[in-house]
Amino acid sequence: MQHAMIQLQDICRTFVVGDQEVRAMDHVSLTVRQGEYLSIMGPSGSGKSTLLNIMGLLDTPDSGTYLLEGKDVTRLQDKELASIRNRKIGFIFQFFHLIPRLTARQNIELPLLLAGVGKSERQKRSSSLLERFGLATRSHHRPEELSGGQRQRVAIARAVVTRPAVLLADEPTGNLDRESGNEIVELMEELNRDGLTLVVVTHDQNIGTRARRTIEVVDGRISLDKVVP
Amino acid sequence: MLLAMSIGVAAVVLLTGIGNGARGYIVNEFSSLGTNLIIVIPGRAETASGTLSTLAGRTPRDLTLDDAKALTRNSRVTRVAPLNIGEMSAARGRRERQVPVLGSTASFLKIHHLQMSRGTFLPEGDATLARPVCVIGNKISRELFADQSPLGEQIRLAGYRCRVIGVLEGQGRSLGMDTDELVVVPVAFAQMLLNTESLFRILVEVQHSEAIDKVKTFIGDTIRQRHYGEKDVTIITQDSVLATFDTIFQVMTVTVAGIASISLAVAGILIMNVMLMSVSQRTAEIGLCKALGAARGQIMLLIVSEALLLSAFGGCLGLALGLAGARIASWLYPALDATPPFWAIGAALGTALLTGLIFSLMPARRAAGLDPILALSRR
Ligand SMILES: Nc1ncnc2c1ncn2[C@@H]1O[C@H](COP(=O)(O)OP(=O)(O)OP(=O)(O)O)[C@@H](O)[C@H]1O
Ligand SMILES: [Mg+2]
Repeated sequence: MQHAMIQLQDICRTFVVGDQEVRAMDHVSLTVRQGEYLSIMGPSGSGKSTLLNIMGLLDTPDSGTYLLEGKDVTRLQDKELASIRNRKIGFIFQFFHLIPRLTARQNIELPLLLAGVGKSERQKRSSSLLERFGLATRSHHRPEELSGGQRQRVAIARAVVTRPAVLLADEPTGNLDRESGNEIVELMEELNRDGLTLVVVTHDQNIGTRARRTIEVVDGRISLDKVVP
Repeated sequence: MLLAMSIGVAAVVLLTGIGNGARGYIVNEFSSLGTNLIIVIPGRAETASGTLSTLAGRTPRDLTLDDAKALTRNSRVTRVAPLNIGEMSAARGRRERQVPVLGSTASFLKIHHLQMSRGTFLPEGDATLARPVCVIGNKISRELFADQSPLGEQIRLAGYRCRVIGVLEGQGRSLGMDTDELVVVPVAFAQMLLNTESLFRILVEVQHSEAIDKVKTFIGDTIRQRHYGEKDVTIITQDSVLATFDTIFQVMTVTVAGIASISLAVAGILIMNVMLMSVSQRTAEIGLCKALGAARGQIMLLIVSEALLLSAFGGCLGLALGLAGARIASWLYPALDATPPFWAIGAALGTALLTGLIFSLMPARRAAGLDPILALSRR
């Protein structure tokens, strides 16, 4: 049995909009083990993104504890959080969120730049990822000159360039056609086979069921947690 | 924004430059006379007491040759030169022109550090003697005598004949007079030409500058004694002129500082707006950088340095403007060396940068405080 990568205990998260309270996370406990492939499904507005954001330290829960690799990260300073996001966590978004002014290579190197990694090391790492993801000829292209699938591959390269422990993807195929969507999923699964812990939020039943473990979120609670043997 | 910033910096640079130049001009003028010089002018500078004495029906008494003579009676006073000045015609044959005529004594040569090019200066001796002799400037000599030697020749000053006994070396301007175009005559002769009993002013040279204060009181006392208890003169020293100038300059500086700070404030607010706009335009990017592991400090640094770059640009522009303005001022008034002091340049640029820093802090904080989730969820 692998050790626990992510341990959420009794997490609550409530948003206040006007005088209305929305309980997006309602006493959620969840453990994701190292190297696991987990998909999160559920109806719109059920709290999937909120859960992922909490896992990715973009959002902090109102109550409950979060252990990342056994370390309590629930109440950390901004600087420490930023550093953990940078080193431990890779993010992929539905809308890619590449910086339009930068080339594919520059976009990939951005997290290394923020971490203060030297130029030669940055180039070495981005080159190998560009190569590996079949983007070698696209390194100097800007996002607008790339197809959706290519953009998402750049985004994945950017997510894993710091060699994180966890890859978090929020509907990574939501903005792609079926074919490039499949490509992206296969790429992520390949990274998972190399040991990367993978958490994917998706609406797509086909993609969701490919994961070894699937959870379903309804109204801020985990209503189903199913492991395919 | 750049404009406002540059105006602020330019104003500071230009006006400190001119102020500096003007001060240098005054110091320079005086140094040609020596710092241990006291100038006595008839009439009081203080308006209040002036009006009082006029109300009382006592007009200030003029300075006379006897006053000047009385001022020599102090061991700390080395020389005294009474002075009269007037414009009149100087003629030789058919050549004629208007010249400034200065009446004084032999002491004037030393006090004013003048050099003779030919002949002798005014003779020593009794100042009340109206000897019809004169010393003329180089240019006057050339205009009236061409290449001929003027020594021993006669010219007519306002119709009175007088003999040329010397020619002054040209030394440029000093205290508003061009020695090239000057005619110097014995003070009593000048009084006759100008038809007056009084003096324009009295120059008093003191042994050394430490004695100035003592001699000032001596002059005041002497004049009061001679003028029936009325100290109806103004006593000027280089220090007092500089002090007066400095008060004027201070007022000017405050005005400049006002203009500068207003335009810098405007610039600052504009910078703030520019930066706020740029932050809201790049909300997604900033949020993304946070998600990728940029700490608050990094984001703030990014925004602040961008603003600093902007203000440095504006500041340099203003500096160029100000320096160009100072150049033009120096060119228009060559006597004025309007070079702004280094501290002013530094201070102006420094303030520009400081403005950029202060006014970008707010946008920077806003950027750093962006919630990455909200920033990213916007499409
Ligand atoms: N920043 C926020 N402010 C207020 N309410 C929010 C905020 N973020 C999420 N919510 C609310 O919390 C609930 C859960 O949102 P969340 O985005 O996690 O759902 P989701 O499962 O990702 O939905 P979708 O499938 O549409 O992406 C929703 O009701 C949403 O309106
Ligand atoms: Mg969502």
